[in-house]
Amino acid sequence: MGKEMTKEKYSNMVKKASPGSPIVTNCIKAFVVGGIICCIGQFIMNCCSVFGLSVEDSNTYTSIILVVLASLLTGLGLYSKLGNFAGAGSIVPITGFSNSVTAPAIEFKKEGFILGLGAKIFIVAGPVILYGVLTSIVVGIIYYFVS
Amino acid sequence: MAKHIGKQSMEFEKDISIISTASTVGTKEGEGPLREYFDVILTDNLFGQESWEKAESKIASDNLKLAINKAGLNPSDISYVVTGDLLNQCCGSTFGVRGLQIPFFGVFGACSTMGESMGLSSVLLESGGAKYVLCGASSHFASAEKQFRFPMDLGTQRTPTASWTVTGDGAAVLAIGNEHPYVRRITTGKIIDMGITDANNMGAAMAPAAADAIYQHLSDFGFKPDYYDVIATGDLGYVGQKLLIELLKEKGIDINKNHIDCGIEIFDRELQDTHCGGSGCACSAVTFAGMLYNKLRHKKINKLLFVPTGALMSPTSVQQGESIAGIAHCVGIEN
Repeated sequence: MGKEMTKEKYSNMVKKASPGSPIVTNCIKAFVVGGIICCIGQFIMNCCSVFGLSVEDSNTYTSIILVVLASLLTGLGLYSKLGNFAGAGSIVPITGFSNSVTAPAIEFKKEGFILGLGAKIFIVAGPVILYGVLTSIVVGIIYYFVS
Repeated sequence: MAKHIGKQSMEFEKDISIISTASTVGTKEGEGPLREYFDVILTDNLFGQESWEKAESKIASDNLKLAINKAGLNPSDISYVVTGDLLNQCCGSTFGVRGLQIPFFGVFGACSTMGESMGLSSVLLESGGAKYVLCGASSHFASAEKQFRFPMDLGTQRTPTASWTVTGDGAAVLAIGNEHPYVRRITTGKIIDMGITDANNMGAAMAPAAADAIYQHLSDFGFKPDYYDVIATGDLGYVGQKLLIELLKEKGIDINKNHIDCGIEIFDRELQDTHCGGSGCACSAVTFAGMLYNKLRHKKINKLLFVPTGALMSPTSVQQGESIAGIAHCVGIEN
């Protein structure tokens, strides 16, 4: 463009022309769907304790069941539709983590089990695992000295 | 011989006729407002293949053959095929053209590829070094998502400025002849980078390049904006269109009345949840091969300035914080 159009001026034009995300409706959708997923988790947990499992075992089984369910829904192509509607509501719960591992596994299987699926399965979840573990180590060290 | 006009333009002396076009699109495009103009609408976006990439190549291969058939020719009659796509190393085109056994120029101009291939094909014909030239461009929503964004089944939300990569292939056969419409002139765009780094706002990255190319085209030839019945940009989408019109207005050029954008035309924004509009090499290619060519043939449009727009970047360049450079090529087509 001509000399008169600077990057700063254009950046302001772009900001004005670009619609923002509908934050309020997105938050409501995320709250409702995230809440429903948590309620399902609580329901599974209550069922486990009815069958006489300890709290710790119930926690473990609930996570396993939610992860398997989300993985299944991902394979059926339904979790992406839920994610498009709910946003953070279906990303933040453990089901979102399951989806973030299953989706690359499906996508990169065509490049083989080693360099495709194997190498790229954690392409989305990898950073979460890495920095999650690092943060827990740091917090653990701080906790050790504080307590 | 072609004449170099002004700074960036070329005017052709010979009658470079677009003798046939072909368009093949995916399921979503087939549900959109332009469905009646497409030759083939897929019922399965995998097209019976094992992967998205193979599907894209098969779409390209079948559509190129269709364009040759519609011109009443055989692949052996074609002097050159000039095509491109979005995939790494232009593999969508390479494996699509592989079976045709036609001398091949692979081109890359991101989503502006159709303009680049049509322009270069015209130059080949004008030079006298070719008899029939086949040009085209392809893209596939899923292979583009896989390469540039996230796996298909990942449950993410798209931003309001994001566009939807068109699945399909658009192709045209060009030859010196007396069948309208004709490619009369081209203006090759410069790379224009206004520092946009948001890969989910391609329209904003490309609008300055489109404005620059259109401005240059009009001033090189001394045309007023209303010389053309329609000025059709490639895939600026709603945000990019707004910016383009604003940028040109600042230069004293008003294209509000005759501007359309292929990315806006190809999808129904409300019904199809496509946010900012369509994008990808196929966006302008199938809209040209489908709707625009049809309207030119039926003389509903007599003078068209076709301006495919491209965002030049790679996933690596974006991750390294490099800005997204834009490009646009003008092809002046008349009856």
